[in-house]
Amino acid sequence: MISLYMAGNSWAHRLPARLKLIFLFVLSLLIIPFNTLWFSALLLAFVVALYATLGKQGLDKLKVVRPLLWMMGIIFLVHVFLGDIEQGIIAVLRLLAMVLLANFISITTHMEALMDAVEPLFKPLRVFGISPRRVSLAVALVIRFVPVLLAVYASLQEAYKARTAHANSWRLLAPFALHAIKMTDHVAEALTARGGADGFDDHKRS
Amino acid sequence: MSSDRSLVQIAFYAALIAALGLVPKIELGLAGGIPITAQSLGVMLAGMMLGPVRGGLAVALFLFLVALGLPFLAGGRGGIGVFYGATAGYLAGYFVGAIVVGAIMKAMRNMNVVFGAIVSGIIGGIVVVHALGVPVLAYKAGMTLDKAIIVGSLPFIPGDLIKVALATLVAHTIARGLPSAMLSRS
Repeated sequence: MISLYMAGNSWAHRLPARLKLIFLFVLSLLIIPFNTLWFSALLLAFVVALYATLGKQGLDKLKVVRPLLWMMGIIFLVHVFLGDIEQGIIAVLRLLAMVLLANFISITTHMEALMDAVEPLFKPLRVFGISPRRVSLAVALVIRFVPVLLAVYASLQEAYKARTAHANSWRLLAPFALHAIKMTDHVAEALTARGGADGFDDHKRS
Repeated sequence: MSSDRSLVQIAFYAALIAALGLVPKIELGLAGGIPITAQSLGVMLAGMMLGPVRGGLAVALFLFLVALGLPFLAGGRGGIGVFYGATAGYLAGYFVGAIVVGAIMKAMRNMNVVFGAIVSGIIGGIVVVHALGVPVLAYKAGMTLDKAIIVGSLPFIPGDLIKVALATLVAHTIARGLPSAMLSRS
C-alpha cells in the first residue's frame, strides 16, 4: 500500500516520532496570535526549508499539497471578493505552511513508529476491555481490506459492463455492499477459528 | 455477537470509507467542477449498519489511518496535515456524524428502514457534518460564517442528498437480504 512515507535516514528520520508530534502540536498553538503577512510568509519559508534539507527527493514531496490547491484558490477568491487581498494571502500561506509541516512528519516517520508513538493514547481503552493489540489488528485489517474491496467492486463492474455496455452505475452499490459484508463474516469466522483477536493470551493458557 | 465479528466489521466499514474515497468515479452527478466524494456515503453507511458505538469506532479507525499517513481521503490526501487543513472540521464531522446517524437509526429501529435511513442520513450525515465543518473552515480561512456556508456547505448539499438516497437504497437492500448485518436494528 502506498503511503506518504519516504524511506531515508536524514536528521528528521532519526528524531523520535513523539518529539515531532509534540513539536507540531505546540507550534500550531504558538503561531495563532501572529496574524501578519510577514510572519506567515516566514513560516512557509521555514517549512519549505525543512523539506529542502531532505534533498531533491524532499522538495519533490512538496507536491502533496496539490489536491488542496483548488480549495486554497476558493478561499483566496472569497477574500478578493470581500476586498481584503492581504487577509486572503495570509490565510492561504498559513494553511499551506501548517499542512506541509504536519505532512513533514508523515514523510519522515515510518507508520509503525507513529503507531508506537501514539500507543499510550490507547491505554485508557483498556477500561472498556479493548487491548492495544486489537487496535493494531484492526489497522492491519483495514489496510488489507481496501484492495480487496476495490477488487470486488471491479469484478461487479466488469460483469455489469458485459451486460449493459456501461462501465459504472449506482446500481452496483447495493450488490457490492451485500457481497462485501458476506465476505467479512467469513473473515470473522476465520479469526475466531484461529484463537480470536486477542490470540492465545497468557490468561487463556492452562 | 462475538467481539471478533465486531472488530472485523469495524475494520470493514473503515476500509469501505477509504475505498469510496479512492473510487471517485461513481457517478454522483451535479459535481459542477467541485470534486465531490463518495466518502461521506461510507460514513452514513457505517452509522446506519453498525449503530452509534461501532459506527463511531469505524470512522475513528479510518481517521487514525489517515493520520498515520495513508492516502485514504478523496484525492489521495492523507497524513497529519489534513487535520491542520481547512477541511479538518468535516473530518471531525464524519466522526460525530456517524455516531448521530447510528443513534437515530437505533432509536427508530422499530420503524421503516427507508424512513429511518433518510432521517438519520440527513441529520447525522449532512447537518452534523456541515455544522462542524463550516465553522472550522471559516476560522482557518479567515472568512465570516455566512461566506463559509456559501463556499463550504451549499454547493455540496445536492450531492449529499444523493448520497443519503444511495445509503438508504443500500440500507434497504441489506435489511431485506442480510438482516443480521444491520447491527443498529438488532
